[in-house]
Amino acid sequence: MDFNYTQEQQLLKDSVEKFLDKNYSFQTRREVIAARQGMSPQVWEGFASLGLLGLPIPPEYDGFGGGAVDTMIVMEALGRNLVVEPYLSTVVLGASAIVLGGTEAQRRVLLPSIVDGSMKLAFAHGEPRSRHSLSQVETTAWQEGGFWVINGRKSVVLHGAVADLLIVSARTSGEGSDPHGISLFFVNPSEPGVSGRDYPIYDGMRAVEAEFSDVHVNTDSLIGVLDQAYPLIELVVDRGIAALCAEAVGCMGALNAATLEYLKTRQQFGVPIGRFQVLQHRMVDMLIHYEQAKSMACLAAVKVDAADAVERRRAVSAAKELIGRTGRFIGQQAIQLHGGMGMTDELNVGHYFKRLTAIDTTFGDSDHHLSRFAAAVEATKDAVPSPLKSRWKHLV
Amino acid sequence: MDLNYTSEEQAFREEVRAFVRSSLPPEIARKVLEHKRLTKEDHVRWQKILFERGWIAPGWPVEYGGTGWNAVQKHIFDEVCAEAGAPPVIAFGVNMVGPVIIAFGSASQKQHYLPRILSSEDWWCQGYSEPGAGSDLASLKTRAERRGEHYIVNGQKTWNTLGQYADMIFCLVRTSSTGKKQEGISFLLIDMRSPGVTVRPIITLEGEHEVNEVWFENVEVPAENLVGEEGRGWTYAKFLLSHERSGIAGVSRSKRELRFLKYIAAQEQKDGRPLLQDPRFLDKIARLEIDLMALEITDLRVASAEREGRAPGPEASILKIKGTEIQQALTELMMEAVGPYALPFLPEAWGEHWLGERVGPEYAGPLAARYFNCRKVTIYGGSNEIQRNIIAQQILGL
Repeated sequence: MDFNYTQEQQLLKDSVEKFLDKNYSFQTRREVIAARQGMSPQVWEGFASLGLLGLPIPPEYDGFGGGAVDTMIVMEALGRNLVVEPYLSTVVLGASAIVLGGTEAQRRVLLPSIVDGSMKLAFAHGEPRSRHSLSQVETTAWQEGGFWVINGRKSVVLHGAVADLLIVSARTSGEGSDPHGISLFFVNPSEPGVSGRDYPIYDGMRAVEAEFSDVHVNTDSLIGVLDQAYPLIELVVDRGIAALCAEAVGCMGALNAATLEYLKTRQQFGVPIGRFQVLQHRMVDMLIHYEQAKSMACLAAVKVDAADAVERRRAVSAAKELIGRTGRFIGQQAIQLHGGMGMTDELNVGHYFKRLTAIDTTFGDSDHHLSRFAAAVEATKDAVPSPLKSRWKHLV
Repeated sequence: MDLNYTSEEQAFREEVRAFVRSSLPPEIARKVLEHKRLTKEDHVRWQKILFERGWIAPGWPVEYGGTGWNAVQKHIFDEVCAEAGAPPVIAFGVNMVGPVIIAFGSASQKQHYLPRILSSEDWWCQGYSEPGAGSDLASLKTRAERRGEHYIVNGQKTWNTLGQYADMIFCLVRTSSTGKKQEGISFLLIDMRSPGVTVRPIITLEGEHEVNEVWFENVEVPAENLVGEEGRGWTYAKFLLSHERSGIAGVSRSKRELRFLKYIAAQEQKDGRPLLQDPRFLDKIARLEIDLMALEITDLRVASAEREGRAPGPEASILKIKGTEIQQALTELMMEAVGPYALPFLPEAWGEHWLGERVGPEYAGPLAARYFNCRKVTIYGGSNEIQRNIIAQQILGL
């Protein structure tokens, strides 16, 4: 039992925070969002030179071989500074899919270019009718000559427009929401037949509605085993969720700090408003929600790579459910306690709130994950814990 | 970061498990697990077993009979005991007055009282609250006047838990009415058999006798029963509160209760299938389980910080608030789970040797009473609103 960061992890945390404080002010973020691309090539280069882009990639592919706790540290810092760069899409989702499912040749070619910043990825899985289901895939891929031919539509693909390569799921057999029969492919967005509408989302990031009509990709574009990509997709998305939980904790911590500061400085009725008990208790509840959220982000990070998939699902879904709830509470209350100022675009408070709102609905909201968690709730079979049972017989 | 127990911690857990398995009397465990009434003898019997093993006072310094365990080991011990249905150790002696005597008591107080606390020879109770001094405890009025070698005590204490069994009571009394109200308070140890002490039961809403009023009419208390200095009682009381914190979140007990809730929900039927499969009820269980998972990690984060020597602080208030909310929610769901069979009220069936006819499933009988009784947990030990004041002041600086 140990909740401490290693010396290297502490160093990582310090250096990311320092970099962001220097290079990612709220004003800089505004400029990044206003630019057409919706990301900053300079910051991406900075991430590369800090080693952040190779964090979860094994050293033999030029990465740093970090684990989920390292990702948690980085994501929390990204949340704290409301970073809109495609880190989740490229490094958490994209690189994970390649590391966990790619062939040796794919890894050799692709991973080093993620590490050096020259390749960005997007994870094109959700569809207009899939909502939060991971197995509802209607996009199809069939084999024709030496190619796979992909047809279908992917919705709200985060950072799709800046991606150099898309990871696309498609049904290669079965139908509807059958987990069997789903495969993953690399698709170059400049391929004929790929089109997309790029649009802003309310938290300052961008996404794409992507269309694939008779897109031909080479047979070596298949990632992992044909028809059997579902467990890989689930694991990649679980890693994404664990990372999002950490990002949300970063947002919540920043909101609580801003709100506390406001309570201490804003004067009404001749005193700082933090002197009023009704506001003190609200702030305390925000703190309690934050501590619970932080605990669950830790749990998700520690369990997301557990060998036991049931244990992993339980922890990740429990974390996402609680993060959704606590993020909503903290976001709403931060605005409430900031009063009219909380309603402005000028203050960062509303921007944190919007990011937290977006995180709840990304990869399954609280309700979705409550169901996924509840599916693993098991009945207690005996009234008496098993170690005692034998000694109870004479009593019954 | 590693949330798994180390191999040493696992070995320790096995050691505790082996002890509990062989030493916890099954008839006591059964009462705890099924929410039956425990007698004084049940409590004392288990506490003596712990005493003989040397594990009755994990929070005490080793030279006074403590175990020398770190915070994580204490957590493991609590967890194993709770899981098996061991009764909680009555806190007033071991966890409350004991540490105060160790820190501030005289040599003869230590010599006399500490061994008797460890061996459960004395049953202690607490004299803090008064009819006019609840959350505003420092406004207490029970007077102790020094006359020669004695204090003469007059006044009334209330919400005194299990004082009907007690040999001794530790009291906050007023020894001075001048100056700041906190500075006129002293910490006095009083023999419950002293002439002038009267214990009157208060029956709580579930019909049980758990708390009392205690009256003091010209009670003579030897001056040597004063702990520390006169007028410093408030400081000692605050010290005591900081030592009441071990297991304050009640995570281990709540895990046991959650397990039982799932047992009940698997037995009860709704629309021809187990209640546990009803999505509406299952959602409530699942959400509560998630809150408890988070609280367990939060509790361990605090324990782990404590193990590394960071002083335990006001974050105990966070554990108290969240822990008691979860405890209440569990009793509520258990009662809800048994539906109409929560209604029959047969308190005589919750004790020992009941051979009469039951109504409804055996597990259903005590559940409503537990729900009613458990409303106390967000009130006692500093109400959750007072805990929020503490956090606001001491953590947030408001």
